[in-house]
Amino acid sequence: MLIDWFTVLAQVINFLILAWLLKRFLYRPILNAIDAREKRIASALANADKKSVEAEQQRNEFVHKNAVFDAQQTTRTNQLSAEVKTERARLLDEVRQQSDDLRVKLQLALKNEQLSLQDALSQRASEEVFNIVRKVLNDLAEASLEEQIVLVFLQRFQTISAEEKAAFKLAFQQLMPTNKTPLVVRTGFTLTEEQRALIESMIKHTLGYDDNEAIAFEFVIDSTVVSGIEISANGQKVAWSISDYLTSLAKGVDQILQSLVHVESQAQSNSEGNSLESSLDHSQISEKAISKNETTVITEATASNMIDRGGDETRS
Amino acid sequence: MNLSPDQIIFWQLGFIKLNATIVSTWAVILVLVLSSMLITRKLSTNLHRSRWQNILEVVVINISKQIEDVGLKHPHHYLAFLGSLFLFIAISALGTVFPGFEPATGSLSTTAALALCVFIAVPLYGIREQGLASYLASYTKPTFIMLPFNIISEISRTLALAVRLFGNMMSGAMIIAILVSITPFLFPIVMTLLGLLTGIVQAYIFFILATVYIAAATSTIKPTAKGS
Repeated sequence: MLIDWFTVLAQVINFLILAWLLKRFLYRPILNAIDAREKRIASALANADKKSVEAEQQRNEFVHKNAVFDAQQTTRTNQLSAEVKTERARLLDEVRQQSDDLRVKLQLALKNEQLSLQDALSQRASEEVFNIVRKVLNDLAEASLEEQIVLVFLQRFQTISAEEKAAFKLAFQQLMPTNKTPLVVRTGFTLTEEQRALIESMIKHTLGYDDNEAIAFEFVIDSTVVSGIEISANGQKVAWSISDYLTSLAKGVDQILQSLVHVESQAQSNSEGNSLESSLDHSQISEKAISKNETTVITEATASNMIDRGGDETRS
Repeated sequence: MNLSPDQIIFWQLGFIKLNATIVSTWAVILVLVLSSMLITRKLSTNLHRSRWQNILEVVVINISKQIEDVGLKHPHHYLAFLGSLFLFIAISALGTVFPGFEPATGSLSTTAALALCVFIAVPLYGIREQGLASYLASYTKPTFIMLPFNIISEISRTLALAVRLFGNMMSGAMIIAILVSITPFLFPIVMTLLGLLTGIVQAYIFFILATVYIAAATSTIKPTAKGS
């Protein structure tokens, strides 16, 4: 008998055990591993797809952003260059304006300086003239300047024209009866008693009064009357001072200054970097030049004899 | 000379006996299960995997694909039964290269047992898939008259399965034995090679027929062609 029934039964059981064991140890783990791997690969592929899509999106976004950025940059650059151009023009204008202002200011300062220098010069010149004249007179005539001035004044007063004398007298007479207003004699210096008496008697004599007739005199020291004497009555005035000499002196100085300023402005226009300091230097130099010339001017002024030219003037 | 390894009995206690068939079956079971356990103990789910795991995956996937190709929609449900059939028969055939190994499939008892398993498994799978009534109704198709013929066909194909495998395996072993006695050199080696080939072919045939029977039982339309 080829079939042994016990063996058949045993083999059935064996086979079922084998099937169960293989299912347990072979098929299930292998299939699970394959499934896991496939899932893993699928997820990796899906991930890669997703990433690729994302990358594409990002690339597009980036390209778009780049384009926008480029456009913005171009716009901004243009805008900036335009702004810079405008700003540059504005700043240049401003600087030009400022430089113009500065030039005007400089010119003004120069002019002021010139004026003040002129003032100082005339002041000093008058003092110098006064001193020199006084010294010269003292040395030569042994008489003080004041005495000389008084003498000159009196001489002038005597030699004024008859019409002027009449006008002055009229003015004085009009003044006298109404009120006892004194005849004002202004001098730049203090008169001695003798000089006062001399002036009084001379005026009285000239105006046709007696010596005994009482006329009120008022002697006033006035610094504005530069080294001179001035008699005023009711609008009429007889005066003599060295201001005439000073005026001519001032004219001479003015001419020198004008020529200096002209040279200076030429130098300024030639060189750009000319500063206020250098111009001050120039003015100092010109001052020196002026003070050098001063003596000459003053000498000229003294040389032109006071008596010859006559410094008095009668004004109405 | 023994026609079947059943006749080589190591130990017997009345009805119960331990013959070469059972012992070689155990050996095959041990080899299969132990190697499976060893390889699947540390499976990798990464792209990198061991060669043994790769071999097992190839085997399992191909069996699964064959089942699917025959027409079973869910091959994983049948993998344990059909795959085990194939692996058992194939390993038994391959074992013949070892001298002294008596393949269990060379015993009619073993092939009958396997055919019996298929005979029982086919209606079980059919009922599970179609339901009892539908499965039983399939025996009366195309007409009620066909019922006895269908039943006869069911039994006869089971017998054919058992005898075919037994005949092939037994004949292979028998031819080698006879040739060894006649021409001890060279020729038995060629026949052993041929035996390996026929053994694998038989394993495939047994497996594919079982799959076809199950597919026929589980599908609503019964194929007209019957395995022979």
